[in-house]
Amino acid sequence: MKSETQVKEHRVSALKLYLHYISIQIRSMMQYKKSFFMTMFGQFLTSFNAFIGIHFLFLRFHSIEDYSYSDVLLCVSIVLMDFSLAECIARGFDSFPKIVRQGGFDRIMTRPRNEILQVLGSHFELTRIGRMIQGAIVFIYGTTHAGIEWNFVRVLTVIFMLIGGTGVFCGIFLINAALCFFTLEGLEVINIFTDGAREYGAYPIDVYGKRMMRFCTFVIPYSLVQVYPLKFLTGRSDNILYALLPLAALLFLIPGYVFWRFGVRKYTSSGS
Amino acid sequence: MSKFFARRKRYVSFFKLRFAMGLQYRTAALAGIMTQFVWGFMEISVFRAFHQSNSAAFPMGFEQLASYIWMQQAFLALFMTWFMENEIFDSIMDGNICYELCRPIDIYDMWFARSVANRTSRALLRCIPVLSAAFFLPQPYRMILPPDPLTFICFIAAMLLGMTVTVSLCMIIYMLSFFTVSPQGLRIIFAMTAELLQGIVIPIPFFPPRIQKIMELLPFASMENVPLRIYSGNISGMEAAKAMLLQAFWVIILTAAGKLICRSAMNKITVQGG
Repeated sequence: MKSETQVKEHRVSALKLYLHYISIQIRSMMQYKKSFFMTMFGQFLTSFNAFIGIHFLFLRFHSIEDYSYSDVLLCVSIVLMDFSLAECIARGFDSFPKIVRQGGFDRIMTRPRNEILQVLGSHFELTRIGRMIQGAIVFIYGTTHAGIEWNFVRVLTVIFMLIGGTGVFCGIFLINAALCFFTLEGLEVINIFTDGAREYGAYPIDVYGKRMMRFCTFVIPYSLVQVYPLKFLTGRSDNILYALLPLAALLFLIPGYVFWRFGVRKYTSSGS
Repeated sequence: MSKFFARRKRYVSFFKLRFAMGLQYRTAALAGIMTQFVWGFMEISVFRAFHQSNSAAFPMGFEQLASYIWMQQAFLALFMTWFMENEIFDSIMDGNICYELCRPIDIYDMWFARSVANRTSRALLRCIPVLSAAFFLPQPYRMILPPDPLTFICFIAAMLLGMTVTVSLCMIIYMLSFFTVSPQGLRIIFAMTAELLQGIVIPIPFFPPRIQKIMELLPFASMENVPLRIYSGNISGMEAAKAMLLQAFWVIILTAAGKLICRSAMNKITVQGG
């Protein structure tokens, strides 16, 4: 009886602990306010060029396959928001190679808490909000031009897209972190699936052809959070399933988690 | 005269040292090659989709574009303004610069030689695999050879000029960071501007004609825009000669400006601490 209440307390405080981690991170960042806002502004700028590029390409070509400028704006803004949310939350996985190399993971394992929770709590990149804001602005601009008839299901679709997309990117960060157990350093190749997806996910994936579409549906489920729900959002399809697919993309986290567990079990200390 | 050669020898050995160091990072290079390859492929795919939607609006031949993109990926290290040396920024920030100042050599020339070596070693490692793969891809992704040997020679010359423009622009940024507390903001704004105006985001021919005319006069267009367009055959003859002349003009102006800022920075510099 006693142990059961203990377990319950333990669970409740996991979320509390995470929030506590985040509040520490934010407070420490706020000690360097100028640097924080500078980085945030830099983050805002870095993805700005992509929009300028898209703007001029559409000024010249007017459409890509059968997608218009506003469709692409919706697409690029949602992908950007997904990515920056994931970077915000799962930044700890991104800097995980350093934790492993310096032996920091040994310290994490000695604590009676979930490892993932601790890694997530080790880093919270609020500066990515800069990109997030930009994504939101472009999204609003895109929707006013796309002429979407908003209803409850469509709003829900956008929320699902954000959740699913953030999940997919977090999954990739998780896999990259798990790889560190074997290689002790981050694999730069993984950038293809993070930065590459952010850059080239600007366009609905079906413009890249059938093969790419299949890869992005069954291997890494970018399509499920991008083209399919976009089709539903812009009224190209009435299939309600398309609105729900982003949630299915969250299944991607499962193999990532299994791989992580496998890595943790295989892990034989490092650093000094 | 002999003094001149003796001095030059120093920079050559600096160059050699840095070059050998650059060649050490082979796994990083491998990852870079993979990334560059996928990037090039995706980039061409996007343009292919635009081409299919509205081929009349395409400002250059599609093979020209494919060659442009592959060359851009292969020689990324020569022209990217992101690749600036943290070591130099750090030494300016933390005062280690004083050790460099003790050396009986010109700091501008030393950093210049160092940057050139870093960029060429990086590019040499990466260009061969990317290019050799690009020549064997199926159409329309395949890269083409330049139309004639003269074009190729012009391309090489324009590329060297372009790299010199890039390095001398970066040198100005290094020198300006003597005057700020944190060069981070300066660096980001510079890199973003260069990325857009040198034609990395989209090649310059894809901009509206009026904007394009202005862009082509700026130093940024003298970086990768000229050699890549000469190689792909997008510009040739008099047009190419004019573009190369403009490159040479910017090399002179930018290095002179860099040296000038360098001198004034050296005059006011105070290194504290011990």
